[in-house]
Amino acid sequence: MTTTTASAEAPGAHDDHGSHHVLPLWLLLGTWAALMALTLLTVGSSQFDLGAFDLPIAMGIATVKAMLVLMIFMHLGFDKGFHSLLIFGSLLFVFLFVSFVLIDRGQYQPSITAMDQQKLMQGN
Amino acid sequence: MSDAHGHGDKPFLAHHFEDEDHQFDAGKLGIWAFLVTEVLFFSGLFCAYAIYRSMHPDVFQFAANALDTKWGAINTAVLILSSLTAAWAVRNAQLGQKGLLCLNLFVTILCAFGFMGIKYQEYSHKFHYGIYPGKDNFAPMEGAFGDYKAEKVAFVVPGDDSTQDGEAAASGGAGEEAHAGDDHAAGDEGHEVLVKWDDPNIDPILKDKLKIFFGIYYCMTGLHGIHVLLGILVFMWLLSRAMRGHFTPTYYGPIDYAALYWHLVDLIWIYLFPLLYLIN
Amino acid sequence: MTQVDLPVAAPSRPVQHLDKNYINHSKGILSWLLTLDHKRIGLMYLVGISLSFFLGGLFAVAIRLELFAPGMQFMSAETYNQVFTLHGAVMVFLFIIPGIPAALGNVVLPLMLGAKDVAFPRLNLCSFYLWMGGAGFFVWTLFTSQLDTGWTFYTPYSTSNNNTAVISATFGVFLLGFSSIFTGLNFLVTIHKMRPPGMTWHKLPLFLWGMYGTAVMQILATPVLGITLLLLIMESTLGIGIFDPNKGGDPVLYQHFFWFYSHPAVYIMILPAMAVVSEVIAAFSRKHIFGYRMIAYSSVSIALLSFLVWGHHMFVSSESTLATLIFSAITFTIAIPSAIKVFNWLATLYKGSVALNTPMLYALGFIWLFTIGGLTGLFLAVLSTDVVLHDTYFVVAHFHYVMVGGTLFAFFAGLHYWWPKMTGKMYSEVSSRLGAIIAFVGFNLAFFPQFIMGSQGMPRRYADYKPDFEIYHQLSTVGTLTLGVGLAIVAYSLIRSLFSGPKAPANPWGSATIEWECPSPPPHHNFDHPPAATDPYDMERVEWDEEVGGFVPVVGYRPAAHH
Repeated sequence: MTTTTASAEAPGAHDDHGSHHVLPLWLLLGTWAALMALTLLTVGSSQFDLGAFDLPIAMGIATVKAMLVLMIFMHLGFDKGFHSLLIFGSLLFVFLFVSFVLIDRGQYQPSITAMDQQKLMQGN
Repeated sequence: MSDAHGHGDKPFLAHHFEDEDHQFDAGKLGIWAFLVTEVLFFSGLFCAYAIYRSMHPDVFQFAANALDTKWGAINTAVLILSSLTAAWAVRNAQLGQKGLLCLNLFVTILCAFGFMGIKYQEYSHKFHYGIYPGKDNFAPMEGAFGDYKAEKVAFVVPGDDSTQDGEAAASGGAGEEAHAGDDHAAGDEGHEVLVKWDDPNIDPILKDKLKIFFGIYYCMTGLHGIHVLLGILVFMWLLSRAMRGHFTPTYYGPIDYAALYWHLVDLIWIYLFPLLYLIN
Repeated sequence: MTQVDLPVAAPSRPVQHLDKNYINHSKGILSWLLTLDHKRIGLMYLVGISLSFFLGGLFAVAIRLELFAPGMQFMSAETYNQVFTLHGAVMVFLFIIPGIPAALGNVVLPLMLGAKDVAFPRLNLCSFYLWMGGAGFFVWTLFTSQLDTGWTFYTPYSTSNNNTAVISATFGVFLLGFSSIFTGLNFLVTIHKMRPPGMTWHKLPLFLWGMYGTAVMQILATPVLGITLLLLIMESTLGIGIFDPNKGGDPVLYQHFFWFYSHPAVYIMILPAMAVVSEVIAAFSRKHIFGYRMIAYSSVSIALLSFLVWGHHMFVSSESTLATLIFSAITFTIAIPSAIKVFNWLATLYKGSVALNTPMLYALGFIWLFTIGGLTGLFLAVLSTDVVLHDTYFVVAHFHYVMVGGTLFAFFAGLHYWWPKMTGKMYSEVSSRLGAIIAFVGFNLAFFPQFIMGSQGMPRRYADYKPDFEIYHQLSTVGTLTLGVGLAIVAYSLIRSLFSGPKAPANPWGSATIEWECPSPPPHHNFDHPPAATDPYDMERVEWDEEVGGFVPVVGYRPAAHH
């Protein structure tokens, strides 16, 4: 039972995308170290004013961290492709949702700003 | 339950599955589908965040001063550690290491409590300064936003070239200058000016947006916190089962599923941290 | 094809009835309330949604009676607002959305797969209790406060008035949403993992393809409703301001959030209906379904496209021109997969041995009504006409043709189709057909005049109207009452069958899908061994047996390699 793949003795193991893949300890600890290093990096980078690059850099680092968690901690890199399809597919829908709303809001923002101005003028 | 579920020799194999692998695979697909629902559940909050941040970046920049990066970073580390122990626990279960499994589950629970403790500290700090969720009781006191430099804040000091939102700044009126005197008008470096929330010259439109930022902040971290609390319950249940020796290398699905859920909670925090704490 | 090689060996006289079946296999109220059996859970859902439908129907009758003549009849305008709100909310959230998947799907889906149960029986029971909880909150709202926001809970009205009513109702919907998510998740995993040997994706019955598409939408869209309602509750209780213009928020944002769920939800309502109709049309044409793959793929494409069109609900709510153009254009494309289905059903009917049993009457009614509903939807997708027709009775008629004419008729088609399997009893074809025909006539009388008065400018949600519209309103009210009479006959026929109906054979209609291979009603564990799956629409596989009074597998049958 202490072999690396427990699936070897499970009857009818379905495919080679071992659902029972055991992660080696060095990989777990290495991932943890990388995540910690990236956390320090993102905190460090936020101390400098990088102008328009602030947000993309912070999001880029967060995405690298997210990929590490997904692929290694969550076994996605060793798992059935369909699970990856599910989770990345869901991100596509999130993207659709957020981007459509952003496009629309960006378009009608000027009229809101105008209304706000009007409200201010009346208030004063 | 009342129905006879389970095979005689394998106490945790439900009657409608062929074998343990079948059950494991079904559960795994189920938990991934559930994680998809979680992603979309949080997407609404990220959408609201994206809208208000893209329309009022200056407000978000200012508001983030009320959040303590240090504690946010510590909490990130705590969650990442708990993610490690959760992933490690899966390995322990797969290899039949009962003692290590219990230990890792225990550390995961401990980290989760630590996270919630720090969260509690942060919330009460904000409440102390009058930053509550919601419109009516939102009344930040002096010092709520830390030691920011007033020059950077478009809606407090109007008319200078650091503003990103010209129209809004122009409407901001006399702003903070009245309080601060002429000290920083001459360009003194690093002179700190505290905002008085009740200053009638602060643009009320932007004040509203500031309240909305904290509305979003409390919703995002609150909902995330509820997920952490649920995770604590799940891991406590797993720990009690692990101690009774329920998990074997052929039956460890619940550990795997709970760990996946926990990693997703971690993932969401990985994005919340820079989006809320690291705005500059 | 490989079909030729599949052994089809079945005893000539399969078991038709069993003494011990899932209904009498254990006794006592707790054996139902704590059951993990998908069939019992399905039956409990059926009772629950039928009661909800009855409640929503009472509200509908109240609305129509009030509108029988201009001026106020027996309600105040405020009461009228509450009645139409509760009619909409109860019908949408408690009946139409869970109707086919939770009630019929729960009973049929595992049977169709030859499985013993859904993948997660406990989660299934949990869904049912979430549904009960949500329904409970609704009824509570009904008796304790005045909910008058319409079923959409638009801000800022919903957050500035009647806070308690909105909070309890939205919390109810929140629970119902999770019930729906868990059902969808369960079905998705069940279809993926519990298929019998030989059932490849292209041998999956079309009902299951439809349920699969529905599950995808439930999983992807419903969580957004959850967060929307949570934010709405936060808005009402704390005033966080995201959706409230008085607090610097954006009410159009609420509409985006709401319709990102609720447009896919429209397809969560209609896709299961299409799925039922695909089964019924094939079974009663006694012919292989035409264009199997097209129908299957169109289900999935409807599911995915449904996420790209939500903005067409907001054409006149200050949505930007750019967004309206995009949403209008994408909305047209969704007509394509819907039309593909209709054409394939018609092609299946062509040269089939059409039997006009009750389920088939409903299915044919569905095709007719759904086509009208779908085509009038195109008028509303066109920006220029939508400006005129928006918020008129044209919209009301349009969505009633789709939801009632579509989903309700398909629900009855499915209910009558699987009734013998679920209950083990045959209903009287005479009274059931009569009910179906009266309901069809009543429905058209109720809603067709609404297209006309809508196009003439009668606005929706008004408690009063100009005398010019009186004739249309009166026709509509008469139609509603006729529909009610038809449905009463339907209910009578079904309930009577429980007490005095003849025993149903295992396969009364001659369908070739797996659920008809087990006795009626099925035993507790459905099948001892998962049956081998073959082409689900190979109707030659079964033949009429006079002695059994139903269809039995043809002995030694080898499927012809058609296609």
